[in-house]
Amino acid sequence: MNTLSIWLLFIALALGTFLLRLSFIYLFGKVDMPAWMGRPLRFVPASVLAALVFPALTHPGGVLDLSLGNIHLLAGLGGAIVAWKTRNVLWTVAVGMTLFWILQAILKA
Amino acid sequence: MKSVHHDFITGARDTIPILFGVVPFAMICSVAAINVGLTPFEAIGMSFIVFAGASQLAVLQLMSEGTLWLVMVLTAWVINLRFIMYSAALAPHLEKEALPRKAPFAYILSDQAFGVTMTRFSNAMPSKPAYYYYGSAAIVWITWQISAVTGAFLGTLIPQSWGFDFVFPLSFLALMFAAIKDRPGVVAVLVAGLVAIISKALPFNLGLVLAALLGIGAGLLAENVSDKKSGAAAL
Repeated sequence: MNTLSIWLLFIALALGTFLLRLSFIYLFGKVDMPAWMGRPLRFVPASVLAALVFPALTHPGGVLDLSLGNIHLLAGLGGAIVAWKTRNVLWTVAVGMTLFWILQAILKA
Repeated sequence: MKSVHHDFITGARDTIPILFGVVPFAMICSVAAINVGLTPFEAIGMSFIVFAGASQLAVLQLMSEGTLWLVMVLTAWVINLRFIMYSAALAPHLEKEALPRKAPFAYILSDQAFGVTMTRFSNAMPSKPAYYYYGSAAIVWITWQISAVTGAFLGTLIPQSWGFDFVFPLSFLALMFAAIKDRPGVVAVLVAGLVAIISKALPFNLGLVLAALLGIGAGLLAENVSDKKSGAAAL
């Protein structure tokens, strides 16, 4: 790719993404958001986060792996217990990463 | 004015733990860009103006495979469709803000700022919700840019075998559990998660959008069922 098409690509990505980000922040109050949209929004954060997390644990490297050799899944389950009990990002990351490195070392040994 | 300031600071402060995930992710984006053959300046420029890591990584992978320009653009847009949902959820809290002020903060909307902000809003609403979000978004953006620049120059020295990108699902896990308020929330999470696993093979990361939509639908359905039950109990 030449320099011009690379920068045009970045600008196209940025503009489109900005419009998605601005969409309702701009439209709210101008266009009445239909009442039926209010209730679903309550479930947006949990649903999107779940859709990001689950495949990241079951598909390390993009391939489904439910074996005991999948240390992302094992360390993720440990992290999930901490997340459930504490709801704290730092604790979840600390315990999850430590588990990940321990499992990695065991697997290599 | 003082309380305005206070909520901005609180928003930024509450976001600090998740920055441990932002730093490696931004560095990974820079390293990936350089591996694909971009110059450090282009790698930094991409992170600076696009500022959407997942879509950047997808585009870089497509770039390395010699994909059509238009396909790369469409792929990134589809991956970023989730921002419409974030925008809709944030909109009521930014309604009274002037457009010239909220537009730049819409530009720097991120998964992390959204997760932290909505989690806080559903627990205890700040006196100036907009400023809380601004603080969270700003600290993520600044951290991201510094890390992207660092990554462009030093990132290649971090061994990929350390698996620092695992910080991301871990931090999302904590935010996910914090976002679960009741039983319909649990249903939404389980359905969204399972659909995301099953639909992982769908092209353009469409599985993410499909899973989120079905999770939201399942949550609503569960809410209707429990409403009817409690209604019957009241009779």
